Amino acid sequence: MAHSSSYEPSSGIEKWIDARLPVPRLMYDQFLAFPTPRNLNYWWTFGGILSFMLVSQIATGVVLAMHYVATPTNAFDSVEHIMRDVNWGWLLRYTHAVGASMFFLAAYIHTFRGLYYGSYKAPREVLWILGVLILFLMIATAFMGYSLVWGQMSFWAVTVITNLFSSLDAVIPGLGTRLVQWIWGGFAVGGPTLTRLYSLHYLFPFVIAGVVVLHVWALHIPGNNNPTGIDVKSARDTVPFHPYYTIKDGFALVLFAVLFAGFVFYAPNLLGHPDNYIPANPLQTPQHIVPEWYFLPFYAILRAIPNKLFGVATLMGAIVVLFFVPWLDTSRVRSTSYRPIYKWFFWAFVVTCLVLGYLGSQPPEGIYLVLGRIFTAYYFLFFLLVMPVVGWIEKPKALPGSITESVLGPEKSSPASPQPAPRRRTPEPAL
Amino acid sequence: MTKLPSFCFVLSAGLVITFALPQSAALAADEAKLAAEPVSHDAQFESQSWSFNGPFGAFDRAQLQRGFQVYKDVCSNCHSMRLLSYRNLGESGGPEFSPQDVDILASQVQVTDGPNDKGEMFQRPARPSDRFRSPFPNDAAARAANRGALPPDLSVMAKARPGGPDYIYALLTGYRQPPSGFELSPGMQYNIVFPGHQVAMPPPLFDGVVNYTDGTRPTLNNYARDVSAFLMWAAEPKLEERHRFGATVMIYLIAFGVIMFLAKRSVWARLHGKASHTA
Repeated sequence: MAHSSSYEPSSGIEKWIDARLPVPRLMYDQFLAFPTPRNLNYWWTFGGILSFMLVSQIATGVVLAMHYVATPTNAFDSVEHIMRDVNWGWLLRYTHAVGASMFFLAAYIHTFRGLYYGSYKAPREVLWILGVLILFLMIATAFMGYSLVWGQMSFWAVTVITNLFSSLDAVIPGLGTRLVQWIWGGFAVGGPTLTRLYSLHYLFPFVIAGVVVLHVWALHIPGNNNPTGIDVKSARDTVPFHPYYTIKDGFALVLFAVLFAGFVFYAPNLLGHPDNYIPANPLQTPQHIVPEWYFLPFYAILRAIPNKLFGVATLMGAIVVLFFVPWLDTSRVRSTSYRPIYKWFFWAFVVTCLVLGYLGSQPPEGIYLVLGRIFTAYYFLFFLLVMPVVGWIEKPKALPGSITESVLGPEKSSPASPQPAPRRRTPEPAL
Repeated sequence: MTKLPSFCFVLSAGLVITFALPQSAALAADEAKLAAEPVSHDAQFESQSWSFNGPFGAFDRAQLQRGFQVYKDVCSNCHSMRLLSYRNLGESGGPEFSPQDVDILASQVQVTDGPNDKGEMFQRPARPSDRFRSPFPNDAAARAANRGALPPDLSVMAKARPGGPDYIYALLTGYRQPPSGFELSPGMQYNIVFPGHQVAMPPPLFDGVVNYTDGTRPTLNNYARDVSAFLMWAAEPKLEERHRFGATVMIYLIAFGVIMFLAKRSVWARLHGKASHTA
């Protein structure tokens, strides 16, 4: 795509296929010879890890679906049937349940990596937007999957989240209520709700897989960003994807698998909630309804707003704002490593997300609520104020002359290094 | 390469969290849950040292057998365990009663079967493949027999409460006289760990209430410990298989990781060698 093809079919059958449906050429050019910046650090390995997680979730999920029964009377028991009577069922289920957490962990690291290194900036805006779309689909998929267990927390999470749509009653009276009943397929969360959640939970991963293909396509047009944020300038700045990054991604994937397996085998229920081992009971509300850990920051944002409609709007806004990041950031350099002021705001944002996660697990009262509002404010100010303003006023540090130079040090013969950050406005007379 | 140490640090920190923090996290969750109760915060309980704790933990067969005896003689009068079958008692990783013992344990119970060819339901001795017989035909009957309170099913109880078996042990040994000034509702019992401190279940265990035949002292604490372990097995019958298989997987992954690391280093050294040549 972005680079000229170097594939040369050697055998007769390869030539035959290449003239008809050149899949081998595509695979060779995009996944073996693909020129990749030579300086990618380990934070770049999470793309491969995420692909693995998607495949793992689909593979375990397809087998679980063979044994799961999506009716209110049988759902909980069928999950226990998988745990007790299906061969390796416990492994499938724990891998799938813990896998959701691992998927989000990797997705969040991947997203923060993109934010830190400015991977959303031109020419990678569409790549970023597709990524945010995948995150959004993941959130929907994970929520629906969690509901299928049909324990107390599943049931009440569905009740709370679907009820968010009733806030539209404040816009057009009756609209929200009608919408919620349409989603439920009745007047309360019940059998019809469960079966549609199940159907969509099976559908969405394949939609995600489709968007992932577009995401990778959009990556392979401009090629990878890199820790310096500067463009590839010569062939020496890149290495072929294989073997350099297949082996590096593979090593990181094995390390990630150790963490994953640690949870699956030694703490499979640590990330879950005990209440979800109580069968769903529509007549009894749990003391606290809390989502899975990966939704806690969003939950804190929802509860920070006293008005229901605005709370829901803010919740949606927390994701939607990500779509606009490529245009909110006015910086002339990509990588935060060369942004002395923005760096502080960025790490404050990371801390904000972690604190919001903690606050989401606490009851919304007293100091938790006050802190929730402060950190929610910063969450949005970071995007809407810090990104445009700091990018405008900040003077970036000098960038290395090339990617190769950033790895191997300045070259003696090169007069271009180090180079000042590119100017965004009309160039002033050189000093 | 310079980023590798920090990356490894992040992952190893994750591992530490995996292995070291579950208990403190569970306690924190308990505190959070208890703090939200409209009662005092003193309802905390200790972690016990269980044979099944830790990455190599396994159940104590004799303890599970005693625990089953406590369940059968005491708990099962009110509490169902509808997800278990008698055959589970003989399966590996559990109490591992002999097949003959399982047959006998099952046949001591009468279950309803049918309809027969006359269209009638009939009673017959249970077989190992039958589910544990529930003490009440339905929830309404259970409530009617227990002053309106529903004795919960115990199949996954050890996973359905923060603290799991530690909580169950603390609950069973947590009955006390109410402190002065505490208003106990009629028919309720004071318990130091139950949320709100009022529990409808009367103290189920007393010293000597179950006959142990293996020499274990027949005390309340032993009963409570044994039945808590039994309920943990009931909730997590594949725990031993999980720990065993987990060790194999971990050894494999760590060895694979070392190989991958060496392979990665050797592949990249190729590049650095060439690059330093040209640079």
